[in-house]
Amino acid sequence: MKISIEKRVEPSPLTPYLSPLVSLALALIVCAVIFKAAGANPFKAYREMFMGAFGSDFAIEATLIKATPLILCGLGVAAAFRMQLWNIGAEGQLYVGAIAASWVALNYGFNQPLISLGLMFLAAALAGGIWGMIPGILKAFRGSNEVITTLMMNYIAIFLTSYLVYGPWKDPTGYSVPMTALFNRNSWLPKIFDTSVHGGIIIALILVVLSWILFYKTRWGYEIRVSGANEKAAAYSGMNAAKNIILVMFFSGALAGIAGMSETAGIQHRLQQGLSPGYGYTAIIVAWLARLHPAAVVVSAILFGGLLVGGDQLQISMSMPVSVSNILQGLILFFVLGGEILFSYKIKIGGKSGHQPCPAAKENA
Amino acid sequence: MAGGKLVEMTDITKRFPGVVANSCVCFDLVPGEIHALLGENGAGKSTLMSILSGEYKPDEGSVSVEGVEARFHSPQDAIKLGIGMVHQHFMLVRAHTVMENIMLGLAGTPFFMDRKKLEAKIMETAVQYDMKVDPGAYIWQLSVGEQQRVEILKALIRNTRILILDEPTAVLTPKESETLFTTLRRFREEGRTAIFISHKLDEVMAISDRITILRSGKNAGTIRRDETDEKDLAGRMVGKDSLFEVKKSEKQSGGEILKFNDVHANNDRGIEALKGITLSLREGEILGIAGVAGNGQKELAECLFGLRKIKTGTVSFNNKDITGFNPRKIREAGISYIPEDRIATGLVSSLDFPDNLILNSYFKLPVSKGPFLNFKYIKEWTKKTIEDYDIKVGKIKNPVGLLSGGNLQKLILAREFADNPKVVIAASPSRGLDIGATNNARKLLVEQRDRGAGVILISEDLEEIFQISDRIAVMYEGKIMGILDAKDADREKIGLLMGGIKLGQEADI
Ligand SMILES: Nc1ncnc2c1ncn2[C@@H]1O[C@H](COP(=O)(O)OP(=O)(O)O)[C@@H](O)[C@H]1O
Ligand SMILES: [Mg+2]
Repeated sequence: MKISIEKRVEPSPLTPYLSPLVSLALALIVCAVIFKAAGANPFKAYREMFMGAFGSDFAIEATLIKATPLILCGLGVAAAFRMQLWNIGAEGQLYVGAIAASWVALNYGFNQPLISLGLMFLAAALAGGIWGMIPGILKAFRGSNEVITTLMMNYIAIFLTSYLVYGPWKDPTGYSVPMTALFNRNSWLPKIFDTSVHGGIIIALILVVLSWILFYKTRWGYEIRVSGANEKAAAYSGMNAAKNIILVMFFSGALAGIAGMSETAGIQHRLQQGLSPGYGYTAIIVAWLARLHPAAVVVSAILFGGLLVGGDQLQISMSMPVSVSNILQGLILFFVLGGEILFSYKIKIGGKSGHQPCPAAKENA
Repeated sequence: MAGGKLVEMTDITKRFPGVVANSCVCFDLVPGEIHALLGENGAGKSTLMSILSGEYKPDEGSVSVEGVEARFHSPQDAIKLGIGMVHQHFMLVRAHTVMENIMLGLAGTPFFMDRKKLEAKIMETAVQYDMKVDPGAYIWQLSVGEQQRVEILKALIRNTRILILDEPTAVLTPKESETLFTTLRRFREEGRTAIFISHKLDEVMAISDRITILRSGKNAGTIRRDETDEKDLAGRMVGKDSLFEVKKSEKQSGGEILKFNDVHANNDRGIEALKGITLSLREGEILGIAGVAGNGQKELAECLFGLRKIKTGTVSFNNKDITGFNPRKIREAGISYIPEDRIATGLVSSLDFPDNLILNSYFKLPVSKGPFLNFKYIKEWTKKTIEDYDIKVGKIKNPVGLLSGGNLQKLILAREFADNPKVVIAASPSRGLDIGATNNARKLLVEQRDRGAGVILISEDLEEIFQISDRIAVMYEGKIMGILDAKDADREKIGLLMGGIKLGQEADI
């Protein structure tokens, strides 16, 4: 009996499904060890988390609410990643989206919710888009590393928000709490039926479908897929690399910006500090776990939404620290990236295939 | 049973994921011979020799040297028995000098070494084999031919008895090849043994005593040179009677369609690579551009296709100035480009066949309608292309990176010829392809010519240049050294031009 590891010539057709599942399982196993070490019963902890995230209507609603910004930001970063643009600025793009949406809501009292929300949506998309496009322009024309620039832009956006809610936009009646006044009711995203889930998730799902069409059915999506996979072939075909970098970064930022609008108009109904607990960063893991596929982003975002909600539950019922869910997130990313390599190999057990004895040596002159 | 055999490899089988590189191969060497190993690309030549030089372990089979079974655990074990291999890709440290590289190759290099003694030894060996080298030169300063000499010296200095050269002439000019052959003959005169890997029939006939042919990983015969000829060898190599013929009709070429006028351009490192190219192409002709790689051919193609900036000078197409056009406009004008590096430039290996087929037409009718791709048309086009060009694709949805070189080239050719271009520029269209695929590529280029297109064929392979060109231009150091009618050209003339010697000047050298 012989066991050997071989590189796969052809990727297994199951890889896209198996690899994320296996990475998840491995992350859960390793995290279980950590639970154990921290003195908690891992089975009980996972049960608590699961029930906290999916165990009741209330839990599911909470999970979907958290999944909404993750879908939008995940979709956005996946678009940029697809073109090998490492946009880690979704967090900042989300914040400027929230700022722009709040600006519309606070300054223009529209009587029509549809007009009000529509304008908030557009303003948020535009602001997030521009926030993403700036690093895009720097990358396209100056070759600046977008990892650095998008990260820096996050701080600018977050501190800009703080400035606004402490300063010029501060609620005059709000004493010392750093937040703006409440939006007019017309600027609130309606709830779905009689749940606590707001309309942001509908927007997100529509954008998932549109993204999928954009990437797989249109000329521009084709350009992005080619440019992301082989820059030289894109140039050979005559595609405009600079234009595509800028556009993709705009698109990516716009989606994150819309997440900002969805959070302010759907949950807080005002602009406030710390409006996102790092959705823009978690979205990076969401996108990788989904292997950058728009539809899979939904599943992976719901999973991570559950992880966040379940992590909170753990804190309440087992008084574990919140950082547990951060550890689990990190482990998942680790194994997702590792899984890619894992699945390009296969393990072969047993005798070598097709071993036949050589035919009796022919005599050669 | 050794019967005076120096080396016997018996029933060697070596598998790589998805391929059997060697299958039950027997191979032997007698002392003092030059033994050629002939076979198409991918036939398993390098693999077999890497087994003999201790690089790979065979999955099955045995190797014996002078009748004693040899189990190599590393190349060092083979070196101890006097077996040395010069690889296709050189293994030299570029930032070190020739001498330092040779020192590194010596077994048990002491930390301090008598440089004087070694230098003397290098010079002695170099003179003995008529190989000019400068021990103090850095590897990066050397041409490929010179680097190869260093590799050979490295082997000779270790008292190699069995020297394996893996496709040594692939990187040499015809003149440099001759020099190499002289060295090899001298090596043989001393009773030592050499294995010469090649897929070029003329070379094999010129240098070897015996020839072993590999075909798809199997031994397709071991023959004495004087009992065979090129036709026989070609037949064994491809398994059919020679496919070497590409039929080409006599044809009058038409008017001028493309003209380079005193074009200057830099290479990637900012050094001038084109130093005033003036060249014109006619309709219905194949203009071969011969030359050793790195003399500006790549830059020439890229300038024409808008992928490289032209510093001064112009390119005109049908008397219209197209200098500075981008690739898309150039293609729309009717010019197609078959790039040399298929995988790196010509294709997107992670995307599937249809996605690669539409690479240069995805933006226009009927491949797309408005902003949307037209999948119905793409599907039909894919099906038709696969049938017309007889492409083996396997699953359509698989990334094309899994296809063989010949099938990839067919895909590129099908794509580039789809719009009946007026000018085709093909860079090394058959590099890395086996004979069947090579002939197919050449045949398709000739078809384009017969249809009336002007074809520029950039190739290092003189066989290819002579086979299908109507006129032959030779590039050397960014200039056109001369342009000959194919009828007046012969290997010697082209070889001189490739070496930088203008015709009529050779007497001065
Ligand atoms: N290290 C390797 N890993 C996987 N496949 C290989 C490796 N080396 C060679 N092969 C495959 O084995 C076959 C024979 O290759 P090679 O010996 O290099 O042929 P040749 O030297 O005759 O062109 C080819 O199909 C090649 O792709
Ligand atoms: Mg080889």
